[in-house]
Amino acid sequence: MASVNTNSPKKKTKNMTLHKKDAISGYMFIAPALISFLVFVLYPVIASFVISGFNWGILGTPKFIGLENYKTLFNDPVFIESLKNTFKWVIIYVPFSILVSLIIALAMDMPLRGIGFFRTMFYLPVMTPMVVCALLFVWIYNTEFGVLNYVLSFFDISAIGWLSDKRISLISIALMSVWKHSGYNMLILLSALQGIPDSLYEAAALDGITPWRKLIDIKLPLIMPSMYFVVLTSVIDAFQVFTEVFIMTKGGPGYSTHTVSYYLFANAFEYGKMGYACAMAVVMFIIILVVTLIQDKIMNKNVQYDS
Amino acid sequence: MKQSKKSIVLSYAILAFATLIVLLPFFWMLVSSFKSQRELFAYPPKFLPSVWKWENYKQVLSAGSISFFQMFLNSMKVTLPVVVLNITFSSLAAYAFARINFPFKNFIFMMFISSMMIPAAVVMIPRFMLFTNLKLVDTYWPLILPSAFGTAFSIFLLRQFFMTIPKDLEEAAVIDGCGKFRIWATIIVPLSKPIIATLSVFLFQGTYNDFMGPLIYLNTDTKFTIQLGLASFRNSFATRYDLIMAGSMLALIPVLIIYIVCQKYIVKGIVMSGLKG
Repeated sequence: MASVNTNSPKKKTKNMTLHKKDAISGYMFIAPALISFLVFVLYPVIASFVISGFNWGILGTPKFIGLENYKTLFNDPVFIESLKNTFKWVIIYVPFSILVSLIIALAMDMPLRGIGFFRTMFYLPVMTPMVVCALLFVWIYNTEFGVLNYVLSFFDISAIGWLSDKRISLISIALMSVWKHSGYNMLILLSALQGIPDSLYEAAALDGITPWRKLIDIKLPLIMPSMYFVVLTSVIDAFQVFTEVFIMTKGGPGYSTHTVSYYLFANAFEYGKMGYACAMAVVMFIIILVVTLIQDKIMNKNVQYDS
Repeated sequence: MKQSKKSIVLSYAILAFATLIVLLPFFWMLVSSFKSQRELFAYPPKFLPSVWKWENYKQVLSAGSISFFQMFLNSMKVTLPVVVLNITFSSLAAYAFARINFPFKNFIFMMFISSMMIPAAVVMIPRFMLFTNLKLVDTYWPLILPSAFGTAFSIFLLRQFFMTIPKDLEEAAVIDGCGKFRIWATIIVPLSKPIIATLSVFLFQGTYNDFMGPLIYLNTDTKFTIQLGLASFRNSFATRYDLIMAGSMLALIPVLIIYIVCQKYIVKGIVMSGLKG
């Protein structure tokens, strides 16, 4: 990524002024973005860490209390529950959604007709606003009048409280989320699959390879870099799940769908506990950072195939 | 290349099944939006409404505390400035990252890139306090300003594209004495129409569909965007699924139009963003 300077010593003086000119124009070009970044990203990140050390309400003077917010946080049963639910969400949602994306991408990486049509269809939920998807599934999941329970009744399955049963409400929302988001990762994985050179398959065909071995020995290893990207971004997004929970269950029933983002939002904008909410944000930030670094360690080991 | 018949058949089966799963909920939204209250809660449910009730749509247009047109207009007041400004300023920055040498360039670029993994929650509260101090809560500024001057994802995507433009094109302009800004305006931007189209769709979709931002910043219901209006509509008409579904259909229309018109750009953009920088 780095650009290389290839100045000979003689040209140095002329290059110096050129360099200066370049430096000035470079900074002028990035100035709006850089200032915006400092004001709206870097400053808020630092401020979040600072505010998390205060008892900071909507009204009244903030009082510095050190790590007190963090102590309270890990003794707050609702936060612990929210944290558990968030991990549960990541563990259910990410593998399932990536598996679905991968299976569809593999199916589409065949010489079939109508690929364009399928691609259009599968991306439709991704474009659809989350609020619309969430409201739609509230209706579909309705225990008494929902179409899903009606369809299941043909198979002698009695009515399920998709969103009202504590044991499955989180899973129900996750299923909706898989339905909505899988098309995105599918497109990325599909483009990786289509980037595999035909010559590799031809060579493999000469060896009389089975489709199964082709999948395991050629396709999967070669799409590892894209898989790495897909897993990483999906995990980061999954840790922040908010809108679907907010619309579909408001964190309920009980605390069964409280996630960290949801509880954080409630603390900041409903109870006005800004310092406490910032402490949650910091904890979430650190968790995402650590999880990302661990994934990087594990997955980069497997991404060494490209020569 | 020979494919075994079995895997072709299996692929078709998978895709047909998946298409069904994707489309059925949309179908259900459509038919529900045309049903009468009574048919909506009939058991067993009817798949098609016996009478297609267009009145639902008429009703939903003015049922909430503000009309759907107003909400749509409000959404556009946020979305259009974000799309135009973000692309302008992001492409300026992206051009510098792709073509100009300046000190700490790689450091700053990496800083931008790594900021993409910062969870929204970490910047949310200080930003809210900032806008509260500026007395800008309950205006559209907090929804526009943070993405107006360029954002990491846009800069990244544009830079990737700019790197693929051959440098010779600019060298001729340099010899003619063109300044960097003119090169950006007259050569780079016109050549980047495909990626600009892609990014416009992404930004439009992201801003138009955003729920959390309006939820935090907008209090007066006449200022609500479509997403926020739809959600609050549901709070006041909890069991009127006929109206909620009709409202959802209306909210879906703008993205649907964009989607149909710009499909090919979307696919290209996703492929590009999936490539490692």
